[in-house]
Amino acid sequence: MHNPHLPLEAEVVERIKESPTIFTLRLGFTDPVKHAAYRFAPGQFNMLYLYGVGEIPISIVSDPDDERLFDHTIRAVGRVTRGMAQLKAGDRLGVRGPFGRGWPLKRAEGRDIMVITGGLGCAPVVSVINYVIRRRDKFRRLVIMQGVKHSDDLIWRSQYAQWSKLHDTQVLVAADVGAALWPWHVGHVTELFDQVEIDSSHAMIMMCGPQGMMQVAVDQLGKRHVREDNIYLSMERSMNCAVGLCGHCQYGAKFVCRDGPVFSYSEAKPLFGMRGF
Amino acid sequence: MKAGFLPRTRFQKLLDTLHQAGYRCIAPQARDGAIVYDTLFRAEDLPRGVSDRQSPGTYRLEHTDSPRFFSWANGPQALKPFVFSPREPMWCSERTSDAIHFAEIDPAPEQLAIIGVRACDLAALRLQDRHFLEGPFPDPGYATRRGNLFLVAVHCTHPADTCFCASTGDGPRATQNFDLALHESNEGYLVQTGSDKGRALIAPLSLAPATTAQQQAADREIEEAARRQVRRLPAGNLRDVLFENLSHARWEVVAERCLSCGNCTAVCPTCFCHNEADETELDGHRSLHVRQWDSCFTQGHSYIHGMTIRADTHARYRQWLTHKLGSWHDQYGRSGCVGCGRCIAWCPVGIDITEEATALCEGGTHA
Repeated sequence: MHNPHLPLEAEVVERIKESPTIFTLRLGFTDPVKHAAYRFAPGQFNMLYLYGVGEIPISIVSDPDDERLFDHTIRAVGRVTRGMAQLKAGDRLGVRGPFGRGWPLKRAEGRDIMVITGGLGCAPVVSVINYVIRRRDKFRRLVIMQGVKHSDDLIWRSQYAQWSKLHDTQVLVAADVGAALWPWHVGHVTELFDQVEIDSSHAMIMMCGPQGMMQVAVDQLGKRHVREDNIYLSMERSMNCAVGLCGHCQYGAKFVCRDGPVFSYSEAKPLFGMRGF
Repeated sequence: MKAGFLPRTRFQKLLDTLHQAGYRCIAPQARDGAIVYDTLFRAEDLPRGVSDRQSPGTYRLEHTDSPRFFSWANGPQALKPFVFSPREPMWCSERTSDAIHFAEIDPAPEQLAIIGVRACDLAALRLQDRHFLEGPFPDPGYATRRGNLFLVAVHCTHPADTCFCASTGDGPRATQNFDLALHESNEGYLVQTGSDKGRALIAPLSLAPATTAQQQAADREIEEAARRQVRRLPAGNLRDVLFENLSHARWEVVAERCLSCGNCTAVCPTCFCHNEADETELDGHRSLHVRQWDSCFTQGHSYIHGMTIRADTHARYRQWLTHKLGSWHDQYGRSGCVGCGRCIAWCPVGIDITEEATALCEGGTHA
C-alpha cells in the first residue's frame, strides 16, 4: 500500500530573501526519477518537513511547467517556518505532495481574470498571475488587486509595477498604512472596486486572504452581478496530514486539505464568515 | 445458518482454538473499577457476574451472582484503540551530514481476536473503516491492524441507562462485521458465524446445534434489551436542523456546563481526529514522526499561525455536535453516532448528547 504520510527528500537549490520575514525556497527532489515524475497544479500545496521539528502546508508558487524546480514562498511566523528560515542552499528537507484541488484555470480560459489578495496571503494567487501572464493569449483582461497592512509588507513590488504596464492588465494596490513614496492607494483594497474594469458576466475571480476582506470583496462583486460560482477562494485551516484523515481542517463537511483548499464561493458560502467554522 | 451451542464450561476451548490459530485474545476484564479490554488467556479471568450502573457523569461496577461473563454495557474503551492507535510512530527520519533518509515504520502486524464486541462498536468500526480505508488515501497502519482482526461479538442484553443504540439503529443485536457472534444465556452461548474465517475457526469445536427454544429465548432477551433503553436521539438526518440552528441559545447553555476536556472524544468510538508531532532522539540524528489522538475540544485543534478558529467552548461543542450528528451524513452517508452512550457516562459534568440534540432539534428546554 502506498504510504501517503511518508515525505521524500528534497534539496534547497536556492533561497531568496523577499522581505525581513518572507523567503522563497526553490526546491528539487534529490531522487531524479521522483523529480521528473512530479506534477502539480497552481493552487495545490505541499507538506514541507523540517528535520526534527515538523510539517507544514505551503502552497506552490512556481509555474507547473517549470521542470527544474518548484518554489515555496514562506513567512516566518511559527516554530517550523522560523526554523525553515534558517535553511540555506544545499540543505535538505522533506516534501509530500502535491495535495488538494487547485484553481480552475482551464475553466478560466477565454475569460477576464481578476485576482484579489489581502494581507500576506499573496503566494497562492501570485502563482495564478504568473500562470496567466506566461499564457497571455489564452486569457482576456487581467485585473490584480492586492491589499497589504503596511506598504513595507508588499513583496515583489517591482513585479506589480511591471505588471501594471502590460497590455490589458490592471493593477490596483492598497496599503492601510503607506510609507513615503508609496505610489498606490492608502486604505483598503476593497475601496478600489469602482476602478475595476471587467466583463462581470464572464469574469473568473480568484482570491485569497483574510476572511473579512474576502467577504467584503464577495459583496462588492455581487453588486456587480458576478455569479457566485465564478468566484473562487483559497481557504486556510489547520492541517496535519493533508490527506483528509487528521480532521483538523474540517469546514462543515469539507476537508479543506482534500476537497479544497480552493473552493467556489457557492461551495464555501453556507458557513463563510461564521465564527467557529 | 443455524447457531451452535457452546456450554459455558467449554468457553476455554474457544480461547484455546483462537490461540492455536495464532491470535492474541483481547477480552473484557474487570479492572480498576471498569470493564477494560486486554490480553486474556483464561476464561476464569472474564468478568463473571460483573454488572454496571451508568448515568450522566457516572460509571460504577457491581458484583452479582450471575454466572454470565458479559452482563454489562460497554466500558470506556472498546475496538477503536486496537485499530486506530492512541499513539503510534508513522515514520522516522535520519539525518547524516548531507542528507535526510526517510523510512516507514512497520506497524508489527499481530493477529488479534477481540472477544465481547458490542453491536454499537461494530457499527463504529464500519465508520472508522470508511474514514481510514475507503477515501482517496487509505491509511497503511490502520489497514494492517484492521486486516489482522478476528471479531467475536456478543449481542447486548444489559444496556445501561446511558445507551441509545436502538434509536440509532446500531444495536443491541450485532448484525455486521463480525466473524462470530455469541448470545449469552445462563447456561452458555449460542454461536453464530459471520465469515468464512469464523466458520473455519469453530468447525473443530463440533458444536451441537442450538434448539429452537434456545434461539427464541435469545431473541426475546435481545428485543427486551432494546425496549429497556430509556434514551433516544431524535430520528432521521439532523444535519439540516442543526445547521439551521447555529445561533440557537442552547449552545450557550451547554457551553456554560462543558469543561472542554475532550473526554467525550476520547471515549467516542467514531471520533478520528489526531495530530502529528516529531520526537527527536537526544543525539540529534534520528527523529520519530508520531501521531496521537487529538480532540476538537483543544485549543490547538483549530490553530493556524497566530489565530484559533474555535477559541471558546461554545464554538468547540457546536463543532463536535454539528459534525457528529450533521456533517457526518455528507462525509460518510450516515450520522457519526452509534448510540453507545459513552460520552454521557464519561462526561465529568454529565452532558447528555441525546438531551442536547433533542433541545436543539425538537425545541425542548434544559431540565
